[in-house]
Amino acid sequence: MSEQKQERVGVYVCHCGSNIAGTVDVVDVANWAAQKLERQGVIIARDYKFMCSSLGQELIEKDIKELGLTRVVVAACSPHLHEKTFRTAAKNAGLNPYLVELASIREQVSWVHSDKAVATAKSKAVVSGAVSRVVENRALDEIKVPINPNTLVVGGGIAGIQSALEIANAGFHVYLVEREPSIGGHMAQFDKTFPTLDCSACILTPRMVEAGTHPNITLLTWSEVVNVSGYVGSFNVTIKKKARFVNEELCTGCGICQEKCPKKVVDDVYEAGLGYRKAVYTPFAQAVPNFPVMDKENCTYFLKGTCKACEKFCPTNAIDFKQQDQTINIEVGNIILATGYDLFDARRVSNYGYGRLPNVFTSIEFERLSNAAGPTSGNIVLRDGKTAPKSVGIIHCVGSRDKNFNNYCSVICCMQGLKFAHLVHERTGATVYNFYIDMRTAYKAYDEFYQRVLEEGTLFVRGKVAEVTEAARKESEKGKLIIQVEDTLAGKQRRIPVDMVILSSGLQPRADAKDVGKLFGISCSMDGWFTEKHPKLDPVATMTEGIYIVGCAQGPKDIPSSVAQGAAASARVLDKILQKEVALEPIKASVNAEACSGCRICNGLCPFNAIAFIADDMVSEINPALCQGCGTCVAACPAGAISGTGFSDTQIIAQIDGLLFRNLVEKPEMA
Amino acid sequence: MTDNFEPTIIGFTCNWCSYRASDLAGTARMKYAPNVRLIRLMCSGRLDPTFVLRAFSSGADGVMITGCHPGECHYIEQNYKALRRYLLLKRVLVGLGIESERVKLVWASAAEGAKFAAETTAFVEEIRKLGPLGWGKDEMESENSSFILHHSSLEKEALA
Repeated sequence: MSEQKQERVGVYVCHCGSNIAGTVDVVDVANWAAQKLERQGVIIARDYKFMCSSLGQELIEKDIKELGLTRVVVAACSPHLHEKTFRTAAKNAGLNPYLVELASIREQVSWVHSDKAVATAKSKAVVSGAVSRVVENRALDEIKVPINPNTLVVGGGIAGIQSALEIANAGFHVYLVEREPSIGGHMAQFDKTFPTLDCSACILTPRMVEAGTHPNITLLTWSEVVNVSGYVGSFNVTIKKKARFVNEELCTGCGICQEKCPKKVVDDVYEAGLGYRKAVYTPFAQAVPNFPVMDKENCTYFLKGTCKACEKFCPTNAIDFKQQDQTINIEVGNIILATGYDLFDARRVSNYGYGRLPNVFTSIEFERLSNAAGPTSGNIVLRDGKTAPKSVGIIHCVGSRDKNFNNYCSVICCMQGLKFAHLVHERTGATVYNFYIDMRTAYKAYDEFYQRVLEEGTLFVRGKVAEVTEAARKESEKGKLIIQVEDTLAGKQRRIPVDMVILSSGLQPRADAKDVGKLFGISCSMDGWFTEKHPKLDPVATMTEGIYIVGCAQGPKDIPSSVAQGAAASARVLDKILQKEVALEPIKASVNAEACSGCRICNGLCPFNAIAFIADDMVSEINPALCQGCGTCVAACPAGAISGTGFSDTQIIAQIDGLLFRNLVEKPEMA
Repeated sequence: MTDNFEPTIIGFTCNWCSYRASDLAGTARMKYAPNVRLIRLMCSGRLDPTFVLRAFSSGADGVMITGCHPGECHYIEQNYKALRRYLLLKRVLVGLGIESERVKLVWASAAEGAKFAAETTAFVEEIRKLGPLGWGKDEMESENSSFILHHSSLEKEALA
């Protein structure tokens, strides 16, 4: 043992201001490491106010150069925060970056423990573990892979459109995949947008057209991603393009097929169940692309074998009943997910009566009702289709900020409720009540809009509505919907009869968000939104390199924030594309052919099919391009023939012993 | 002696879920028992059961294995392999005369800092009830073995 080359280890203990030093005696930890870990090779141990500052990094660089350090341990924050920082510092000083270890004494010690003596002792153990481990670290070379300049954007709502346009305008190719027949997303359903009351279609459709006609954008609507493999720089993506039964090459979008189709179907998606479409349809007049799709489930020809009215009248013979689903394979370097949200199902709040009381509407129903292109041509009327309401109650926080449903605030519902109040007031002159728990009108010009709606005479009642009922207690309540609410400002129970109730429903993650997350290898939060890499400093990246999340897929947000995120993710993607290559962590498993017994236990363990059995040599081999570095095969190999870089048995065992101070025990000479 | 017994726990975490859960517990300043010392692996599937035995023989009183929830593994399904090994390991421990409760498997997603903190504290209390493992105690007392030390005295010596 003693003849082995002794490593020269430097230990740097960070105060992190008072974040660490407030709970851990950092000076004591550094002194302890210098004394007790000397035999492990520690030749210098320092403490410093902020190791991540440029002065802190220079301290390490200087010691590497002047003291000839061969290993570095930084006792500071989580490696997920600053591992890269210190690895880069080491690299700058000529030391291989993988010979640096971070010992997390902030997230794992000072922030979670209170007793200073205990926290200091634990910090010593963590440092001891890291020192033992770092000695066993081996120099590794980053793996550089080229970046395919093509990008996939999944979801054609406003966030996805923005992302696609930014990248396409910079001169790179984008595949924009949308599940519905047209891009546009939820925004295409709205009439007005808060707080400016811009017409939603007026500001959205130019963007849709731009995306639809952009030479750098391949638009794949009525399509879904079904498989993703590979990694940042080179993802292989399989897309299912569902049969439209309309030949896009021939179709001119004239609309005659829709006109002639005899089959009317309730439109549950775009018209939220309030209006009708045909069996062959474009969801709305400004749809992009403007080619219709045929709804096989409802088409008379597909159901009964006769009709073909569309085919007969189509002037360009574009109807093709024999069209099949198509599978498209593409290669991209980066992926942006803009898969949006589902509206909270207001039926779940049964005491508000949606689905049971006809004149209770959801927010999206009201959007269609107030939309000039909607089923009532913008007339705000009751479910009978003709009576204008004289009084309307708008209930906020439906399904949000409620322990029975979703704990979180859906962000947009207050402003949405205020917008509805304004529109009802403007178009019907009805008396409007808004029922809110707290009024949340943060962001530019939002509170001013609230003031405006207040001045217009909308009545605000602070309190959570208990019930919406038809059961009248007195003459004046007959034939009305009665809203039962505790007015918490007046301190009393109130019953307010109205003609119409609008539920400002919250947003929730897509029903299939978890499956989509799995498909792309990213995780969801407890609420089901996609998890960003860092909630503050990296809100559009994910833990999986090359996959970005924008818009409501990441969490509830309004249109301006969705657009900002869409653009932000594009900047990140362009940064990757322009760098032309990306460095991957060199954490890979490999088989020592001499030690491999050919038992093939590892073969079935790899979910990435990276391990192949070479029958000629009777050994298994790992393909480093496919290996993702999980290490499961390393743990399973009975011959110890597989080793994993970065996380070798020797490194892990050394860390175990170090954490338990066994490294301090003089080892007996093996006789 | 168990009255003031402070267990020493080694915790194995995976890079993608449970280590991030511990990071989140830190960021959110959730206090938990200081007895656990963590090792980060890329995946719970990396956990070689001999690491657990090594931890016991080096002085740990309990070992916590943590990873992504089933179905949420960053490497698709490797946490299921960890689960299988864990169940086998528990049987082996019984064969070796160790209470199988000294090893515990916890699933914690990156969002479950609170769960990570609560499970850690609960595990420390479970081990506290079991008392020290005391592996190697007899050897320490016998003359010809200095290799394995009783851990609490080692800790005392190390931190003296």
